[in-house]
Amino acid sequence: MTKPLIQLKNVTKNYGDVQALRGIDLTINEGEFFSLLGPSGCGKTTLLRTIAGFEDVSGGTVMISDKDMANVPANKRPTNMVFQSYAIFPHLSVAENVGFGLRKSQMSKVEKNAAVDQALSMVGLDGYGSRAAHALSGGQRQRVALARALILKPKVLLLDEPLSALDKKLREQMQAELRNLQRQVGITFILVTHDQEEALIMSDRIAVMFDGEIAQLADPQTLYRRPNSRQVADFIGVMNFLPATVTSVGDTVTAHVDGLGAVSLSGDQFAKDVQTGTAHVGIRPETMSILQESDTGGANVTAAVVEDRAYYGDMTYYDVRLDGGDHIITISMKNLVDRAVLERGEKTRVAWNARALVLFND
Amino acid sequence: MKSRGLMIYAVVYLLFLYAPVLLLPMFAFNDSTIIAFPLTGFTTDWFSELRNTPALHTAVKNSVFIAVISAVLATLLGICAARAATKFDFPAKRGVMGFIMLPLVLPEIIVAVSLLVVMVQVLNLPLTNWSVIAAHVLICTPFSIAILNGAFQNIDGALEEAAMDLGETRWSTFRLVTFPLVMPGIISSLLISFTISLDEFIIAFFMTGANPTMPVYIWGLLRFPSKLPAVMALGTILVVLSIALLILAEFFRRRGLRRAGLKDTGGFL
Repeated sequence: MTKPLIQLKNVTKNYGDVQALRGIDLTINEGEFFSLLGPSGCGKTTLLRTIAGFEDVSGGTVMISDKDMANVPANKRPTNMVFQSYAIFPHLSVAENVGFGLRKSQMSKVEKNAAVDQALSMVGLDGYGSRAAHALSGGQRQRVALARALILKPKVLLLDEPLSALDKKLREQMQAELRNLQRQVGITFILVTHDQEEALIMSDRIAVMFDGEIAQLADPQTLYRRPNSRQVADFIGVMNFLPATVTSVGDTVTAHVDGLGAVSLSGDQFAKDVQTGTAHVGIRPETMSILQESDTGGANVTAAVVEDRAYYGDMTYYDVRLDGGDHIITISMKNLVDRAVLERGEKTRVAWNARALVLFND
Repeated sequence: MKSRGLMIYAVVYLLFLYAPVLLLPMFAFNDSTIIAFPLTGFTTDWFSELRNTPALHTAVKNSVFIAVISAVLATLLGICAARAATKFDFPAKRGVMGFIMLPLVLPEIIVAVSLLVVMVQVLNLPLTNWSVIAAHVLICTPFSIAILNGAFQNIDGALEEAAMDLGETRWSTFRLVTFPLVMPGIISSLLISFTISLDEFIIAFFMTGANPTMPVYIWGLLRFPSKLPAVMALGTILVVLSIALLILAEFFRRRGLRRAGLKDTGGFL
């Protein structure tokens, strides 16, 4: 069912002495919502632009639909792009912008107009055709850019940080709309973003990039629950790190974790090349809980002291010091009706689940 | 008190700037060959005299011809240079651009003498309107580049990429996207170059052969006091025309900006 659409083989890109891409191998499937996630300067936009054809690769091959794109310029590739600045032509009307790509098509004028109307309707801009492009709001520009790119029915839609210029509310709305639009048109979307939440919400798969390389390629849940390095774990959401000592290695790994004691970890919680010695374990704030006096907890309970707390309304974030150590970790708790919010300095107990731990070799 | 002082300063300054220009129409319509107060009476004779001076007509035709061709050539070169400077990186870019802009500050008399030597001694070419055009293109191009640089810099590079992404070639992208967006700059450049060429004297004086341009012809008239009122009349016509032209240029520029939804960044006016 999953058919490869884009195949990158050992793609490199150098700008003088700077290596923007260091050997990217990547396969993106048909109909997939794929995200390239990473901090600024990690090469994610460069990678997108090599797929679009705006950048020549320094080495390796870019294939789209099993065709080598080496000598195919941007205007001949089956890709269309939504730019970060939207790049709406300011001297043209909305309809002229959306219909820009149809200029060279064989369609009659009536067909073209119908296609433009349909594309505008798809992005919820019915009747905006005659407006001047420069009179649009940010969200409307975004929609025009989408309609303009989708009207050509590309095999791949490339989106370069398309939501970064919008305010929070509109951004969340557009995230849902983009996801729906992708399901509706069924074409491959490749999204470049530095916003890990956005990537998690929208993507089928995510490639996390650091320094010109793909650090991890996984679906959102795997990426969040089982990051393969401290760097990825740190970039995606909040992760607590505790020093640990690996004592035995095998099908399961046993380790002594500062503040938590001896733990046993199974197959997906550590890397294959794990070795005995010093390491760190990561644990997400929401996988631990602050126990109330009446709670019995489970097998794993550790005494702790509240060092600080931040009340967010729906959630409270606690910074707690685990018993017998100087490690402070963050725990997030839902504010349920009958659960009191603890104050600074209060003693409490923390329940945790060994399955939530991820081991990272030092 | 302070603002009153500034007010007086402003008025004196404006008088200093424009009072001499106001003298032009005053004496152009004055019924006397002597340029002096008091005014003696009203006449349009000097304008009639202009109409009946074929040498002047030839000079004006020369000037307009030279100015139009120079403006077009300088603007074409300016488009190429400004495009290259804003879009591409090439070896010694700063140096090259610096040398292109140099005529802006080079004393015109130096340019004029050097060009004359090149034309007559080195190339052994006759002095015609085309030699003036060559020189005027040289001095107009830096102005054109300065104006067009701004116009090209205002364009978001993503616009051109978007057009190519939508299937256009480099050339059709330029024609459909870049060119319309720099159009106000191009019009500005044409008008400024035209104006510079039209009233340029020193270089034209050196480079004209038997067919003087208008400024050179006017300078020639100054030797004959009786011709002075006619010069005043000619000046009056030129002032009115320049003002009309500038208003027109500014109108088109603002309309272009409004249509493109761009911010007005000033222009020359």
